[in-house]
Amino acid sequence: MREREPKIFRGPTPRHKEDDQVVYIDTNSAPRMIFSGEDLLLEDLPVGTRVVYAKPPMEGLANPGAAIRYALNHPLGTDPLYAQLVPGMRVTIAVDDISLPLPPMQTPDIRQTILEILLELLDANGVDDVHIIIANSLHRRLTPSEMKRMVGSKIYDAFYPDRYYNHDAEDPEGMVHLGKTDHNEPVNINRRAVESDLLIYVNINLVPMDGGHKSVTVGLCDYESLRPHHEPQTIRDSNSYMDPKSSALSTKVERMGAIVDQHMNVFHIETALNNRMFGGPTAFLSKNEDEFTELDRLKFEGMRWTLSKMPAAAKRKLFHSIPAQYQLVAVHAGKTDPVHERILAKTFEQYMVNIRGQSDILICGVPFISPYNVNSILNPLLVQVMGLGYFHNFYRGKPVLRKGGVLILCHPCYDEFDHEQHPSYIEFFNRLLPETRDAMVLRHKYEEEFAHNPSYISMYRRGHAYHGAHPFFMWYWGENGRQHVGKVIVAGAQNAHVPAMLGWDRAESLTEAIAMAKSFVGPSASTTLMHHPPIVMADVE
Amino acid sequence: MAAAAFYDLDGTLVRTNLVHAYAYNARNQQGLLRSVTRTISTALRVPLFMAADVYSRRLFNDVFFGRYQGESEDRLRYLADELFDNVIRPSIFPGAYELIDKSRRLGLRQVLVTGALDLTVRPLARHLGIDDAVTNRLEYVDGKATGRLLPPIMAAATKASWIRVYAEKEGLNLSECYSYSDSMSDLPMLSVVGHPTAVNPDFRLRNTALQHDWPILDLR
Repeated sequence: MREREPKIFRGPTPRHKEDDQVVYIDTNSAPRMIFSGEDLLLEDLPVGTRVVYAKPPMEGLANPGAAIRYALNHPLGTDPLYAQLVPGMRVTIAVDDISLPLPPMQTPDIRQTILEILLELLDANGVDDVHIIIANSLHRRLTPSEMKRMVGSKIYDAFYPDRYYNHDAEDPEGMVHLGKTDHNEPVNINRRAVESDLLIYVNINLVPMDGGHKSVTVGLCDYESLRPHHEPQTIRDSNSYMDPKSSALSTKVERMGAIVDQHMNVFHIETALNNRMFGGPTAFLSKNEDEFTELDRLKFEGMRWTLSKMPAAAKRKLFHSIPAQYQLVAVHAGKTDPVHERILAKTFEQYMVNIRGQSDILICGVPFISPYNVNSILNPLLVQVMGLGYFHNFYRGKPVLRKGGVLILCHPCYDEFDHEQHPSYIEFFNRLLPETRDAMVLRHKYEEEFAHNPSYISMYRRGHAYHGAHPFFMWYWGENGRQHVGKVIVAGAQNAHVPAMLGWDRAESLTEAIAMAKSFVGPSASTTLMHHPPIVMADVE
Repeated sequence: MAAAAFYDLDGTLVRTNLVHAYAYNARNQQGLLRSVTRTISTALRVPLFMAADVYSRRLFNDVFFGRYQGESEDRLRYLADELFDNVIRPSIFPGAYELIDKSRRLGLRQVLVTGALDLTVRPLARHLGIDDAVTNRLEYVDGKATGRLLPPIMAAATKASWIRVYAEKEGLNLSECYSYSDSMSDLPMLSVVGHPTAVNPDFRLRNTALQHDWPILDLR
């Protein structure tokens, strides 16, 4: 058997570029590194393949504290925060959970910076009835150590556990029904938040789907309130759900947000971060491989060699322990809509890359992390949500992949689940998917059974499990992608049954996957690699 | 088709076990000397009970329930309510109430399947709103306990057999039923339903639950 030639970087040469973010592979191009779970692949791509990179990180604000204070004192559409504070009033501060940002950012977390300023302001104005609630919706409860990391030990020691806690969507006494929209969508919100004189929401906008009315109406709601928009048809009608103007999900959430605004005084603080996901010794992971320095190549090879010697669990632990180097690039406060509009513009400015034309084949490396597996395993359903959900929806206007094209995902697709965090996923995957992959049937036939399963409810409330209905939402999240693609091929899947269960094909390597894809869409197929992470979204002309 | 939730009791819904119940009884014997000697002898036998339980639940039952020999039925009944108020009620796991409540809201019949004695279970079942309970029962002759149990003796596979018969009689769909236990000895009872759940499990049951992808609850 002939030994495979080692892949080497060939050094910088002029390239065909549309701009700094869009590069076409030619005969002298360096191989591309692609995430595949906790591993890094190095792949020679076919000549002509378009590679789309994230924009470089925007400059972080020089003085985040001053920017936050300015936002609080000059809010949009409402009075400054200090003018709304009355001694003895009841205030609740809701913060986004650990699913944002990804990976968790270096400390101090931006939430800590904002909370320190807020709590000082509240204290100075005689407001001492203050609760901090993690708006985790039906996500898992954060562990005490995660909660401490998020806000710092000073706030944690002062507030945990009585005044700093996770939202509980299944607490029968803990929810209040605010009313229904004119489309009969029930709006149920956390009681403490509703019964407060003022709710301050501290948001982090990692992707354009985040923030706005979604913060309160989703973060602090219950299962009944999620059902109207976390369902297959809404996702099918959201093209994409990362583009609020074209998202049925966003429309429904805004409708429900109007009910919230009728009943609650919400002071919204939104932040936008840059995309400095990797910094210091791992900064090379964000670079165009053609522009690697000798040191970058050395670091890459060293990292790849180290990873190849480590067991999967250790690799996972390693990656989850590297914090992102995000920096604050914008902060606004005030009424939800004008605040969100400005933050959204900043988010798009960081993520959007213009590309010309759709592609017949889209390649995405699926990394080790998603919003739903911080400090845990990216199980098969989460691989699905990353591929058909997030990556497919990272566009505005038209999808990067043409209708009926082939999506190639790079991931080992290991059959592993976290029993503590994702117990209902296991039953969903092993019991339901063999019967049907039809999202409509799954919702109609099984969603409520899982949602009301007493064991799953108990694990959500008392342990650190995602809600029983959550795997359904993950499946629906991939619904518009599933309707759009002609075929999904997983390159490097270490088993056949996981891809088969998800309705996907399997290939031993990316080269084989591309050959399979071309046999499906034609030999002259155009190919695009979206070079995630960091996050990159496409404006397709 | 109707369904039910079957619960083991000791270690699953309450922190106490059979020995706690007997110890309370021993402490409250008529006469101080008798109370002291009974309490001490029970305490000394705890290692024996534990060893017997590890070996076999049947052997444990023989060794343990023999201690009731000669006890008056009236006295045991009298102490049962006190036992519930003073020992069992404070030992109910906080999460047990919610688990049962959510389960009842699903329309599931609530059934206790336990090796504890009927005397001790009755007030607890009332308190938790349990619909049916199958327990162990002491044999009495002339109002005195013989130290033997009346069949069927609720332990291990017998619990599963009882659940099967009960489901057939009541028209329950076992694949829709739930079962909760903390102990590996209840593996048959867990295996017979469609939704088995390990609750506060011991090491062996935790491993088994992980292997079978069963949910694992902590109600403590």
